[in-house]
Amino acid sequence: MSLSPEEGKKVVYRGMVLLGVITLCEVIIALLGNGHIIEGFHLHKYIMFPAMIILSLYKAYYIVSEFMHMKYETRGLVISALWPIVLLIWAMIALLNEGGAWHHNRQYVELIDRDGFKKPDSYSLDEYLQEVSSDTKTSQDQAPATTEMQAEHK
Amino acid sequence: MTTDTHTEVSHHDHVDDSQIWEGGTSPFKASYGKLMIWYFLISDAFTFSGFLIAYGALRFSTPTWPLPDVVFSTFPGGIHHAPLIFVTVMTFILILSSVTMVRAVQEGKKENRMGVVKWMGFTIIGGLMFLSCQAWEWTNLIAKEHMSISTNPFGTHTTDGVYLNEDGTVAKTADGKDEKFTAGTTYLIHKKDGEWHKRKFKITSGEYKGQVAQESFGPKAFGALFFFITGFHGFHVFSGVVFLTIVMLNALSGLYVSRKNGYEMVEKIGLYWHFVDLVWVFVFLVFYLL
Repeated sequence: MSLSPEEGKKVVYRGMVLLGVITLCEVIIALLGNGHIIEGFHLHKYIMFPAMIILSLYKAYYIVSEFMHMKYETRGLVISALWPIVLLIWAMIALLNEGGAWHHNRQYVELIDRDGFKKPDSYSLDEYLQEVSSDTKTSQDQAPATTEMQAEHK
Repeated sequence: MTTDTHTEVSHHDHVDDSQIWEGGTSPFKASYGKLMIWYFLISDAFTFSGFLIAYGALRFSTPTWPLPDVVFSTFPGGIHHAPLIFVTVMTFILILSSVTMVRAVQEGKKENRMGVVKWMGFTIIGGLMFLSCQAWEWTNLIAKEHMSISTNPFGTHTTDGVYLNEDGTVAKTADGKDEKFTAGTTYLIHKKDGEWHKRKFKITSGEYKGQVAQESFGPKAFGALFFFITGFHGFHVFSGVVFLTIVMLNALSGLYVSRKNGYEMVEKIGLYWHFVDLVWVFVFLVFYLL
């Protein structure tokens, strides 16, 4: 099951235009999102990121199915080669979540460095962070503890 | 009995799955070599995914991660403030080389020796152009902006603020306005005569409002990940160019004319080359766009 030479050529040049245009769209979205095209206008992250991810996934789908001929292979081959990729969904969710948790812990450690540990019976970091930040709002003259401030002391 | 099954298989595209694995047929209708290159590519895809997901996890872990549109904003010829333009050019080059590769495979199917050589030649040129671009990009980052795997001069502000001069007065831009920035703005610490110039600024938002601070280096992992991930991809492009050259010379010598499977070698190296393009789609997305 394959394409005739003429059809094949058509697919190739259609693919070239398609991939080029999608790449251009992605870059324009990225520049719009960062305020480079229209002064003072930033495309919201929740529109910009999903749009770029979807366009990239479509590009990947096109390359695999047309350029790499996956569309014309047997079902068995497609399944055995592509299904393992599903594992990556788990890897992404787990590890990005973990990265978020590191961020959270980093803030926590910075506050402990600054103020000492205030509430030993608290097991919820969120509660602790909330309490500490509401404390600092009332007393503005605390010693600095952000990474930028620390750098100055070195 | 076996021969009966055989003829049945060749007459229909969708066969009973219980008979397809009984032997005598090729269930995947693909040669050993093609199947194995697919499995190699899958394992390679996991390696790259590991790198890119690690990038994501580390980026999520720190608020000072630099933004790509600031880091990658130089263009050859001393042009600054051209965010992402150079890397877009690189992406177009790689797409074009993928397209010429498809043409080479198609010419191979037609047993057109010189057609294969011609289109593979274009593909090799595309690969070399991409590598040259990457060499320029790395040179710029290492020699001009002084990024290394252990030092990252690109950081991001976590508060709003206004820059100060050495003597403590508010810094002005060329048109006389205060040099202000907002939280989330990425900066580059310049290095002059072997000295890092970390600019001072006054914080104008958050709990440290009113205090004076200094720019600090961005997360180390950014430089290390950049050089490892784009370097690993560049190494794939480089080995791709080497293999493409070997296969092109083989094709030119007429080696594949006498082979039973014809130009299948061109198809296999083609799969590898498209994979390199495929990986770039995601490196481009994760590193440069997001």
